[in-house]
Amino acid sequence: MIGLTNIEKRFGDNLVLKGVTVSLDEGSVTALVGPSGGGKSTLLRCINLLEIPTSGTLRIGEETLAFHPGGKVPAKDIQRIRLQTGMVFQNFQLFPHRTAIENVMEGLVTVLKWPEPKARERAMALLEKVGMVHKADAWPATLSGGQQQRVAIARALAPSPRVLLCDEPTSALDPELAQEVVDVLGQLAREGTTMVMATHDLRLASKIAQEVVFLDAGSIVEKGPASVVFDNPERERTKRFIASLRQEEAQKDAGS
Amino acid sequence: MPHWLQLMLESLPTLLWAALIFTVPLTLLSFALGLVAGLATALIRLFGPKPLVALVRFYVWIFRGTPLLVQLFLIFYGLPSVGILLDAFPAALIGFTLNIGAYTSEIIRAVIGSVPKGQWEASYSIGMTWSQAMRRTILPQAGRVAVPPLSNTFISLVKDTSLAAAITVPEMFQAAQRIVATTYEPLILYVEAAALYLALSSVLSALQARLEVRLNRYGGFLEANA
Repeated sequence: MIGLTNIEKRFGDNLVLKGVTVSLDEGSVTALVGPSGGGKSTLLRCINLLEIPTSGTLRIGEETLAFHPGGKVPAKDIQRIRLQTGMVFQNFQLFPHRTAIENVMEGLVTVLKWPEPKARERAMALLEKVGMVHKADAWPATLSGGQQQRVAIARALAPSPRVLLCDEPTSALDPELAQEVVDVLGQLAREGTTMVMATHDLRLASKIAQEVVFLDAGSIVEKGPASVVFDNPERERTKRFIASLRQEEAQKDAGS
Repeated sequence: MPHWLQLMLESLPTLLWAALIFTVPLTLLSFALGLVAGLATALIRLFGPKPLVALVRFYVWIFRGTPLLVQLFLIFYGLPSVGILLDAFPAALIGFTLNIGAYTSEIIRAVIGSVPKGQWEASYSIGMTWSQAMRRTILPQAGRVAVPPLSNTFISLVKDTSLAAAITVPEMFQAAQRIVATTYEPLILYVEAAALYLALSSVLSALQARLEVRLNRYGGFLEANA
């Protein structure tokens, strides 16, 4: 289980997260939706400590970490949490100086100190899963955006994290390429991978998320099963946002 | 055979020998040590504690802001007044190293900063520590960008080693000066010395080009990272 309790994040005077409490079951897929600047990305980055919460408690599996304003979090603790999480970035962020398979092996070899043959074997299996075996030895710069993102997903999964965090995994891709990434993430969801994803992509969210958390201005406005939040939201704020997303999507479809 | 050609051929072994035992070792050693100094200085400036940052800024300010020849004179002729007596070669080596360190630290600082922030985050996200991210992700990418400006510094250094003649290091240019003193043929000897420096620089330029091809094989930063 992943539990966030009263997570606050402050950048200078700007309170970006105002005491967010949410818990996610093992094996569930949760979509974080909401307007830009609402705190989705920050919340996601607080789970793998790319941002250190100002206060609150983070629990991933058996690891629990409490944060206090001005307190310093030991590097060891940060490392412990990060090894339980994997992250997929909006702009992929593959290592450009390593081939696709080397990208996937990197965490296993450098961080977990696996012997190379064993790492290569696992990396190959993961590339297989995301349909990228045929590009195992390609440089990232020669891959399409969708292919890069699929390799990035394999890289994030390599150390067997408890949870896969996806930060707008499809928003840098045009619809066709986004689809191949949605398919891969959907497959992982069916296999029981625990995922949290910040997204604007209703198609992605409604296809694979069971739970939806609607975040606005640093607070949770509404949360619940995807079908309820998307089709029958309680709050007026949520309704308006979902309606605007649908409109945007319709326009995009009409345009393409 | 014309006189000038004969003189050049006769003096060639002397000049080459001086290049081999002084110019080339002085260049290679001071560049290697200067790179280490430059990397350390750059890392301190980027990530170090404030008092150290002030110290290394002072160092860069002094060594970039004063003439190399004056620095060499201070080290070789000046320091003995405070009891520090150095042989000519070590004095030159120290001078060139400190000078190269100051210049390359600025290059290294810039290229480390040029690697997209997302590369740090991607490294952290798979569990790397700061030093693993630095070693495995940031430096290899920064190194590629650094090759052209560092090569500039390196090529300048080859030529600047001729300044060591002024503090009695018997490198190639000084060897030429000595021959001039006995033959009274400055034009011929100095043209020959210039040609040899040009040859050394050209070899380095060719090596730079090959290195760039090798390092560019992966296509550089990804567009999406820019």
